[in-house]
Amino acid sequence: MTDTDDRRDDVPAEPAANPAGAGAAPALDPASTYRAPRNQWLDVWDQFKSHRGALIGAAVFILILLAVTIGPYIWTIDPTYIDIRAKNQGPTLAHPLGTDQLGRDTLSRMLAGGRVSIAVGLTAMALSILIGTVIGVIAGYFKRLDGPLMRFTDLFLALPLLPLLLVAVLLFRDMLSKTFGPEGGVFILIVSLIGITSWMQTARIVRGDVLALKEREFVLAGRSIGTPSRRMITRHILPNVLSPIMVSATLGIATAIITESALSFLGFGFPPDFPTWGRLLFDSVDRMQLYPERVIWPGLAISLTVLSVNYIGDGLRDALDPRIRGR
Amino acid sequence: MLTFTIRRLLLAIPTLLLISLVIFLLLELAPGDPMAQVPLTVPPEVKEKMRQALGLGEPVHIRYLKWIWQFFVIEPMNLIDAMFGTSLAEGQLRVISWQTRSPVMDIVAQRLPQTLWVVGVAYVVAVLIAIPIGVYSAYKQYSWFDQAGTFVTMVGFSVPPFFSGVLVIVIFSVNLGWFPSIYDTTHRVTDWDSFVVQLKQMIMPVMVLALQITSQISRFMRASMLDNLGQDYVRTARAKGMTESTVVLMHVLRNSMIPVVTVIALGIPSIFGGAIITEQVFKVNGIGQLLITAIQANDMPMVQTLTFIFAVLIVLFNLIADVLYGILDPRIRYD
Repeated sequence: MTDTDDRRDDVPAEPAANPAGAGAAPALDPASTYRAPRNQWLDVWDQFKSHRGALIGAAVFILILLAVTIGPYIWTIDPTYIDIRAKNQGPTLAHPLGTDQLGRDTLSRMLAGGRVSIAVGLTAMALSILIGTVIGVIAGYFKRLDGPLMRFTDLFLALPLLPLLLVAVLLFRDMLSKTFGPEGGVFILIVSLIGITSWMQTARIVRGDVLALKEREFVLAGRSIGTPSRRMITRHILPNVLSPIMVSATLGIATAIITESALSFLGFGFPPDFPTWGRLLFDSVDRMQLYPERVIWPGLAISLTVLSVNYIGDGLRDALDPRIRGR
Repeated sequence: MLTFTIRRLLLAIPTLLLISLVIFLLLELAPGDPMAQVPLTVPPEVKEKMRQALGLGEPVHIRYLKWIWQFFVIEPMNLIDAMFGTSLAEGQLRVISWQTRSPVMDIVAQRLPQTLWVVGVAYVVAVLIAIPIGVYSAYKQYSWFDQAGTFVTMVGFSVPPFFSGVLVIVIFSVNLGWFPSIYDTTHRVTDWDSFVVQLKQMIMPVMVLALQITSQISRFMRASMLDNLGQDYVRTARAKGMTESTVVLMHVLRNSMIPVVTVIALGIPSIFGGAIITEQVFKVNGIGQLLITAIQANDMPMVQTLTFIFAVLIVLFNLIADVLYGILDPRIRYD
């Protein structure tokens, strides 16, 4: 097999010349001749850098994040402001992406929609990772709970999730809308539903890793000096299963965004006047014969976000695997 | 192997029962009343009778047991009746849809061919495309073909069907006008021309579905091939002087197919789930579309039964995948 030795090639050439980015640790002093003990995350970052797709993905994702967080402060048109006289406009200077059938500015709707979509993605991912990690660690660490918890996971894996998601949205939407308002209620509902239905893969991976870790000497050593289970898990087990958790967290963002958009697209998501990317796509499908660009923008945004997140996950998987990193 | 299969079969029964209970109870909570459309002039006693006729008005556990009985005993009996012209299930109450007041399974049977036709063709096409791509990408690892393949599979992963579907409609039916954007299920294939029409209307939904499946399977195929290409038996085979095509296509491919076959089997039920969106985009009136309309119309027996059919498919294909794995790979016999 032909192993390309990318890392060796570019590490001496540019010593930590790229401080920007997610995993950047404090930069090394380039003048020092002795090899300072390198931070593990610096190694990870070096490996991550050598994966071009992942690097581009990270850049695109950060760009999208910045656009949807800071964008609305720069592009200050209210996404719900109706200017019926300026309806159905093509791209102009006042509306770079045109306006929709009620004269609302598409660019500001895209930014506001992206905010919601990405917020849903991140929160749902956090929830699903939390559930998955807890169940995975408990199942792997405590032998007595392994069987029941894994049967429970299998049960969830066998459920037809999309139909149940649709039904559950219909079921709880009104109830939550009453208590938290129409937008807040749907946000909570969708985030928790996606979280509850997407933790299974994480739990399985984490359980497998914990089972393997439990046989290692350091766990035995830790236990022999009387470390209680709680500290065993938080100090010794969790840091060692961090890498699969991080990878599935990244990929979880992608699934959550797609699921939210799918729900919105089927008309089971956020209320109509509340833009999300899936909702914008759904609303413009009816007029796609006349204004195909309105379909393209939100769809492109979803696809680009998911694609960049998937590439980040791919690069992260390689970067966090010490066997690959060592090469 | 046989004991393993039997054990898995027996284990599937409680799983299915539990899933059916979860689905039933979840839907039991659903708001909505089948009598909501009945005019207010209808007196309450009559309404109560209509309720009874729909099988409501009894306690939850009785209704659950009845539903399970209907699903597992009466509906199969009806199937046998329809196939062999017997009359086993005459006079038995079937699962009745609240929307149409006709048996749910009859409607499902009407809708199933469209779904199976589109989804099935898409699956076959996807597998046929994916396997060569995976094999060649792995064989020429890091070549431009591999890079391009990886990129395309990434895109296939990332572009959701509700965008890729709409995109191909915009391109091929709005701008170019090559294919119809709506799938006409009443179309009958009688001669060559109508076959061409059928082919034209199938191309877009099939391609959209196939893109997703191809990207998943070809990645698996590539990874599995890469695993096997590094094995010792490959070196042995080459050392014996076998031609490269024999080594790759006979030895490596056959061994690499083992996990891929199980992935293909596992993917079949999820395709029915994924088809919900594709059917909605292309207006195919298949099972997925039936489910959406049933949910919107609060047709609980329909939703329950359809969801449970999906669940049965998932459990069934999980079982098939497990057993296939054992049959194909003698190292992983479970007993």
